[in-house]
Amino acid sequence: MLQSKSFVKKTKQGRVVKVVREHYLRDDIYCGASSCKVCDSSVACLSSNASPILIVDTNVVLNQIDLLENPAIDDVVVLSVVLDEVKNKNISVYNRVRALCSNSLRKFFVFSNEYHKDTYVKAMVGESPNDRNDRAIRVATQWYQSHLGGRTRVLLITNDRENKRKATEEGISAETIESYVKSLGRPDLLDLLVHPTSGDVSMGEVEDLRPAKRKVIYSEHKPMSEITSGLHRGIYHQGKLRVNRYNPFEAYVGSESIGDEIIIYGRGNMNRAFDGDIVAVELLPQDQWHEEKSLSIADEEDDEEEDVHLVPGSADDAPRTTNLVQGSARDSNSVSSRPSGRVVGIIKRNWHSYCGSLEPMPMPAGNGGVAHALFVSKDRRIPKIRIQTRQLGNLLDKRIIVAVDSWDCLSRYPSGHYVRTIGEIGDRDTESEVVLIENDIDSRPFSSQVLACLPPLPWLVSSEDLANPIRQDLRHLCVFSVDPPGCKDIDDALHCITLPNGNFEVGVHIADVTNFVHPGTPLDDEATQRGTSVYLVERRIDMLPKPLTEDICSLRADVERLAFSVVWEMTPEAEIISTRYTKSVIKSCAALSYIEAQARMDDSRLMDPLTTDLRNMNALAKIMRLRRIERGALTLASAEVKFQIDTETHDPLDIGMYQIREANQMVEEFMLAANISVAEKILKHFPPCSLLRRHPSPTREMLEPLLRTAAAVGLNLDVSSSKALADSLDCAVGDDPYFNKLIRILATRCMTQAVYFCSGDLSPPEFCHYGLAAPLYTHFTSPIRRYADVIVHRLLAASLGIYKLPTIFQDRPQLTSIADNLNYRHRNAQMAGPGLSRTPYCHLFQETADRHGGQNSEDKIEWLYCICAQVWYRRACVLDTKR
Amino acid sequence: MEYVSPEGLRLDGRRPMEMRQIRAEIGAVAKADGSAVFEMGNTKVIAAVYGPREVQNRSQQLSDQALVRCEYSMANFSTGDRMRRPKGDRRSTEISLVIRQTMEACILTHLMPRSQIDIFLQVLQADGGTRSACINAATLALADAGIPMRDLVTSCSAGYLNSTPLLDLNYVEDSAGGPDVTVGILPKLDKVTLLQMDAKLPMDIFENVMQLAMEGCKAVANYIREVLLENTKTLEYRRGV
Repeated sequence: MLQSKSFVKKTKQGRVVKVVREHYLRDDIYCGASSCKVCDSSVACLSSNASPILIVDTNVVLNQIDLLENPAIDDVVVLSVVLDEVKNKNISVYNRVRALCSNSLRKFFVFSNEYHKDTYVKAMVGESPNDRNDRAIRVATQWYQSHLGGRTRVLLITNDRENKRKATEEGISAETIESYVKSLGRPDLLDLLVHPTSGDVSMGEVEDLRPAKRKVIYSEHKPMSEITSGLHRGIYHQGKLRVNRYNPFEAYVGSESIGDEIIIYGRGNMNRAFDGDIVAVELLPQDQWHEEKSLSIADEEDDEEEDVHLVPGSADDAPRTTNLVQGSARDSNSVSSRPSGRVVGIIKRNWHSYCGSLEPMPMPAGNGGVAHALFVSKDRRIPKIRIQTRQLGNLLDKRIIVAVDSWDCLSRYPSGHYVRTIGEIGDRDTESEVVLIENDIDSRPFSSQVLACLPPLPWLVSSEDLANPIRQDLRHLCVFSVDPPGCKDIDDALHCITLPNGNFEVGVHIADVTNFVHPGTPLDDEATQRGTSVYLVERRIDMLPKPLTEDICSLRADVERLAFSVVWEMTPEAEIISTRYTKSVIKSCAALSYIEAQARMDDSRLMDPLTTDLRNMNALAKIMRLRRIERGALTLASAEVKFQIDTETHDPLDIGMYQIREANQMVEEFMLAANISVAEKILKHFPPCSLLRRHPSPTREMLEPLLRTAAAVGLNLDVSSSKALADSLDCAVGDDPYFNKLIRILATRCMTQAVYFCSGDLSPPEFCHYGLAAPLYTHFTSPIRRYADVIVHRLLAASLGIYKLPTIFQDRPQLTSIADNLNYRHRNAQMAGPGLSRTPYCHLFQETADRHGGQNSEDKIEWLYCICAQVWYRRACVLDTKR
Repeated sequence: MEYVSPEGLRLDGRRPMEMRQIRAEIGAVAKADGSAVFEMGNTKVIAAVYGPREVQNRSQQLSDQALVRCEYSMANFSTGDRMRRPKGDRRSTEISLVIRQTMEACILTHLMPRSQIDIFLQVLQADGGTRSACINAATLALADAGIPMRDLVTSCSAGYLNSTPLLDLNYVEDSAGGPDVTVGILPKLDKVTLLQMDAKLPMDIFENVMQLAMEGCKAVANYIREVLLENTKTLEYRRGV
C-alpha cells in the first residue's frame, strides 16, 4: 500500500485555507472484467464477450443519462473521478448513475481510479482541474487497455473535441457518443441522444437547419460572479421560482431578502426559468409594477414571430394560440402594490423529465429523417419543449416523456430529447400511468425478494404467538371495526366495556404490522421507499404486498389477528384516567361500515351489546370532539370526492361528496386520541429520535388569499388564533349551501401541510399540531397503509421494552431523511388523488358546466379560480341544474 | 455525506478497517529524560518526559507514590488556520486529565515515592485522533526515560459512520458528528485503561466498534514494540556491546 499526499487549497467563507488531506493509493482495486486473470473476479460484472468496454467521461454521463439507462448500453466503466464530478454538478444524475451501478442486471462497474496506484494523476503546474480530470480519464483508459492486453476493446466515449484529439494521440480509441450509437445500428436510440451545444463535436450530418437570422429572444443570464455580488449588495434577490398553476405566464419568487413575494409577469421576464428553479431576480422600477402584463405577452410574442423565418415543417409553424386563464389576478388594487421583477440568472436548475404529448402537426413531407416537434407538457407550468425525432409518426398520438437539455437565449422554447413512450393518449391506463409518473409513485409489482419476506399462507395465529408473554390475549373482548364500505385493509378496531366503577375501558387495536415487517428486510426497505399506499379512483397502489394488506394484517371479522393495542380507562366525562399499551391477540366480532354503524346507533330498537358499546363510544367521542373544538381544533374540509364506478367498465359514473356521519367522527376521535397518547409515550422515551407529526401555524401572509376572498364577498375572518379562525369559519354561512364548504376548502389550501419530523430537529414548542390543536401528534393507527405508523409502532414497542430499537432510528440524520421521504411521498400521493380525479373525468361535468357557465355571477367565477376545487364547483353546478 | 463509498473506500482511500500510516521516532528532545514523536497519518505529536525528579511544589508531594503530571497543548500552527490558543482551555485540560489518568494506571508509581514525573505533550499537526496519538507518544517517551511500567499503553480510536465501523478517524470523519470511541489498552495484560465516547450507540454496535478500536490498539502496540526494540539495538550498538 503506497501513500501519497495531495495538497489542496480550498476557500471557505471567503477565506483561503490550505487543506492537506492524505490520499492513500492502493493496489487492491480490481478492473471488474470477468475475462481478467490478474484481478479478483468476484466483483467483476463486465461481460467477457467481444463487446467493447466503454469508459464514459463526465459530460457524457451528465447529458446522456437517459441513453445510459437504456439497456442497449452496457459494459460501462464509470470512473470515480467521473462520479465525483457528476456528484458536484448534478446530484440527481449522480443518484441515477449510482442506481445503475448497483443494479445487478446492468453491467456498470465503478473503477476507483483515484485510489489506484497506477491511475492516480497529480495535477500539473498550471493545469486546470478540468484538464486534470480529463487526463485522469485518459490515463485510466490507457491502463484498462494495457491491463486487458487487447483481449477486449476499450473505448473512450467523449464529446469533448480536445479530449478526443489527445486520446487519439495517446493511442486510445475514442469516439463521440453519437458515432458510437450510430455504430450500434439502432435508430430508436438516436432519439434519446441529447444534442450537443457549441464547443462539442458537432453531430455531423444532423446539422441545425435553422437559418442564421436568429433573433435574441431572451436576455443573456448574468454570470455567476455578478449574481453573487449582486445578491450580496442587495440588488438581486434569490428565491425559488413558482409558476402559477393556472397561468403559466405568471410566476412568484418568494424572497427572504425583501420578505415578500416578487411577481414575475411573462416569459420574457421569467427569462427561461422553470418552475422550481432557484433564481436571482432584479426588481423592476415601481412604475412598472402593474399587472395584466401577463395577458399581453402572447401578442408581443406573435409580433416578434413575424420576421423569424422558419424551415417548413419545423415545429415553430404550429399555431401559437395560448388560451390564457383570465381573472386570477383581477382585483387590481391589491396586486399593484406587490413588487414585480425579472429573472437575471438561474442559480440552480430544477430540470427533470416531463410527461405530455407532441403538439399536433402535419407529418413533414417526404423525408423520413429528422423532424422537429414541439412537446406540450401535461403540467401547464412547463413551457413547450422542442425535440428532434426520427419516429414522429409513432409519437404523435402518444403520451411521451421528454427531458430538458438546454435553453439558449436565441430560441423561444427549451430543447429536449425524447425519453420513452407511455401509451396512447386518452387511454385510461396511460392516463393513470401519467399521473403516477408525474407524482413519482412506484406502481411496479413487488419484487420476489420482497415477497419472500412474507409469512407462508394461509396464515393463522400460532400457539407461539398466544404463549408469548408480551402478547395479551384479548380474544374474549367484543372488538369491532368501522370502516368505509368495501374496505379490505382494516387496520383499526375498537372495543368498549363498562367497568364496575362506572368508568369505561376503551381500547383501540391496530394491526400489528411490525410483527411481519422486520427492519432491514427487503420488505421493509420497499415500504420505506413507497412510504404510503396511494388511492386512485379505480385502484389502490399498496405499500405492502397484498397478502399482508388484505389478509394477514387486516383485522377482519371472526378471525384471530395480532394487534397493537392502546387501552384507556375513561370516566363517563371522557377524561382519560390511565393508558395502557400492549401487543395483543384479538378476534373482531364485526367489521361494520360507517353506514351500518350509524344505522345501528340510530335504531332505538336494537339493544344488543355491540350497539350499546357503539352508543357508549359515540357519547364519549362527542364529548372528546367538543373539547377538542373548544381548544381550537379546525374542521377543515378537503375536497374529498367519492366516485361511483361502473362495475363492468370501471368508468366513473358520477361523483358525490363524501358524507360525514357521526360514526366517522366517532372512529376519528378515538384514532386521534390513540395517536396523541402514543406520541406522548414515545417522546417521553426517545426525546431526540421520535417520529412526530406537526402542523405549523399559518402566518398571516399565508392566509392572505383567504382573507382577500372573504373580504370580496363581505366576510370578515378572524385569524388571530386557531380557535378564532374556527369560530369565524363556523359563522361564515352564505346563501349557497356550498359556500361554507368552499371557504373551508380555501382555508385548508392556504395552510401548509402537516409534516412528519424527527423530534430532535425542533424545539418542543414547534411540535404542536395547529389543525388539531394538539401539542403533540403522530401517526399510529394505519400501519398497513402508512410507513410512518410502522416506525411509530417500532418506537412504541421499544419504549415498552418489547423489542430493541432498530439502529437507524437512533441516527437522527437518518430518521430525518426518512421523515423527509415520507412527507414527499405523502404529498405526491395526495397530488395523485385529486390530480387523477380532476384530469380524465372532467368531461363528465363539462357539459353541464358549459351550459351553466353563462348564468353565473362574476363572483362565482372569481371563486372558481381562487379555489382549486374545480371538481367541487362543477358538482355545485350539477346540483343547481337539477334543482 | 458519504464517508464510505459503495466500493468500500473511505474519503482518503482507506478501507473501513485500515489505519493510517503510523511512524514513531524516539529521542526527539535531547534535554528531556525521554522523548518521542508519534505520527498517525497527518496527526503529529511530540512528547517529552522529565523525571522521576524532586517534587517542585512540596505540598503536592505524595509519600507513598510518585506524582504524575501531564500537560497537553496544541501548537498554534497545528491546524490549517493559525490560531492563538489560550493555555488551559476546557478541551486541553480535559485531555490532559484523561492522559494523566491513563498513564498513571500503567506507571509503577509506588516504586518512586516522593518524586514527580512530568509528561509534556504538544500537538504539532492535528488531523483527528490527537488523543490517541498523544497516549502512544507518551508511552514511547516514558519507555525512553526508563520509567518502570506495568505494560505499554497504546490507544486508537474508531467511529461509526454510514452504518460502518471505521478505524482511526481522521479530521474529516471526526467532524462528521458521529460517535467516536477512543480506547486505550494494556496489550500484554489485555486490559482496557481508557474508554471514551461522547455519543449514543446501541450496545451491539458499540461492542463491534470497540473491538475494532482494540484491534487498532494491538497493531499500534506491535509497532511500538518494534520501534523500542530497534532503539534498544541502536543503543547497544553505540555502547559497542
